[in-house]
Amino acid sequence: MTPFIKLTAVAAPLLADNIDTDAIIPSREMKSTGRTGLADGLFAPWRYVEGRVPNPEFVLNQPEYAGAQVIAGGANFGCGSSREHAVWALAEYGVRCVIAPGFAPIFAANCIRNGLLPVVLPREAVESIAGREVHIDLAAQTLTCSDDTYAFPIEAEAKVMLLEGLDAIDLTLKSRPAIAAWTDADRAARPWIYL
Amino acid sequence: MSRTLADKIWDAHVTTTTSAGADLVAIDRVFLHERTGASALKSIAAARRPVVDPHRVFAVMDHIVDTRPGRGDQTLMQGGQAFITETRAAALAAGITLFDVTDPDQGITHVISPELGIVLPGCTLVAPDSHTCTQGALGALAWGIGSSEAEHAMATGVLRLPRPKTMLVRFEGALGVGVTAKDMALALLGAHGAGGGAGHVVEFAGSAVEALDIEARMTLCNMATEFAAMAAIIAPDAKTFAYLAGRRYAPASFDAPYWQELRSDEGATFDREIVIDAAAIAPMITWGTSPEHAIPIDAMVPQGPQRAHDYIGLAAGTRIAGTPIDVAFIGSCTNARLSDLRRAAALVKGHHVAPSIKKALVVPGSGAVKRAAEAEGLDKVFEAAGFEWRESGCSLCFFAGGESFPAGSRSISSTNRNFEGRQGPGIRTHIASPEVVVASAIAGAIADPRLLSVEEPA
Repeated sequence: MTPFIKLTAVAAPLLADNIDTDAIIPSREMKSTGRTGLADGLFAPWRYVEGRVPNPEFVLNQPEYAGAQVIAGGANFGCGSSREHAVWALAEYGVRCVIAPGFAPIFAANCIRNGLLPVVLPREAVESIAGREVHIDLAAQTLTCSDDTYAFPIEAEAKVMLLEGLDAIDLTLKSRPAIAAWTDADRAARPWIYL
Repeated sequence: MSRTLADKIWDAHVTTTTSAGADLVAIDRVFLHERTGASALKSIAAARRPVVDPHRVFAVMDHIVDTRPGRGDQTLMQGGQAFITETRAAALAAGITLFDVTDPDQGITHVISPELGIVLPGCTLVAPDSHTCTQGALGALAWGIGSSEAEHAMATGVLRLPRPKTMLVRFEGALGVGVTAKDMALALLGAHGAGGGAGHVVEFAGSAVEALDIEARMTLCNMATEFAAMAAIIAPDAKTFAYLAGRRYAPASFDAPYWQELRSDEGATFDREIVIDAAAIAPMITWGTSPEHAIPIDAMVPQGPQRAHDYIGLAAGTRIAGTPIDVAFIGSCTNARLSDLRRAAALVKGHHVAPSIKKALVVPGSGAVKRAAEAEGLDKVFEAAGFEWRESGCSLCFFAGGESFPAGSRSISSTNRNFEGRQGPGIRTHIASPEVVVASAIAGAIADPRLLSVEEPA
């Protein structure tokens, strides 16, 4: 996983609330069981008009936001399906960070697993930085835009995973003895769980 | 110290806590489907990591499998067959239990897991599917995850997680005639928003929840993901244990004190509490493109985001009842269980779908639901009324490049999402109970089921 440490980029404004995974990557754009080949379908319903012609009104089709690494979104960003393809599509397109007043929980967890930083800021802050250059420092948990600096929250564990680009499975396997001890005790307590 | 049910299950599953404060939470059951599960199985195989305990991992074909009679691996979705064949191969290689396309127990993940007793009170169950929260209706901590997390759970037996917050939603009082668990969920979303439960495990309680049968509780919990909740849960009671008794993967007995202690303690505190008057809930319908755009069926469309009005083609101030529809769908993990089909069939009997309806479809949630419905003759009731009767699967709940309709077509659906393009490009979806779908199919326009004449029993 690519570590996330610092990033300076323009935040493409996509401020509607409840941007769902069907909008981020529609089911029909998930063409294989793999995790790649998805960037072309990113935001397909909004990005293209009939015949897959780029819609000039869509933010990522505007020259100043093309290839955006940061998106400023609305509340409950990433709601809907659990499909990790939404995050894979964003990451493959080049997005490293989404800033929003709130995220759907599965989407936020998927972001962390793929080196993409979900930044939660109050709505007024998101609206004020949308379309502007931001500087994000994960270690300091700050986002700076012109003279304004905002602190953002992140779970301690998620922060470490992102900063160090850790593989969660490898990390967890280091705790194998503790997990095995727990499982042995549980097997006696709840035998019906162990089929 | 008093604890909530969610806290009790969480505490009982913490194997160890990391230095950064995350819990490594034991996962009792993993459920996969062909749409997102194949990717997790492929990744774990590519990394040469074995599945820790394959007997506790299950997979099923539900999302893009064809639902037309006589189906096989062919699917209407372009390139869809690869999801089915690759999931089958990967499941066999991993040694996990697979309910394949032609298996008599095949069906929608969240319908068959309770049916087979795979989900149990007090257990943790995850699946790369957002509606896994449905299964919290059995008193389990069940939640949706991504494919990477599914791989993690299979490879390690645990997930790394911060402890979630808890919320209590109490529905007090008795539901009115023609009002269902679906309407409870939509009323909650309408009042508290699609982000209202973000990051919380929501426990549903109160007299109206206790009065629901197990299948209705699943409908209520199903839509917790539309509320941005991590999971939903309902304390198991005598109905829960009676429902599970004798099911294939369930224990022989639920008599031990263990099962009775699976409830929030008296005085347990939640991070948030909401109380809703169940008696004040009417049959609900969505007018827009988020499940929070839910209103009573006799109400006017309120002013919402302009984009939603433009997409759905309804201006603020329009009376929603009477809006003509093109498609009617009864199915999905929300409302395709036997009780849903029984109630819908009772309403449709003696009526016929309006001639203006282009397609009316009933898709049972599982093979078992289909067989039970056919044994009662429900298939014949639906067919006589002009509905198609299908094999089980997710079907028209969403559009995977398969069956669809011209842009602008209006669909009334017993499903859970009314997003832009959810059922196909430009399709306008209204979500509601099966009762509202039936009444609307008969009228050819959005209609209140309370106004429908019901055939008296002979």
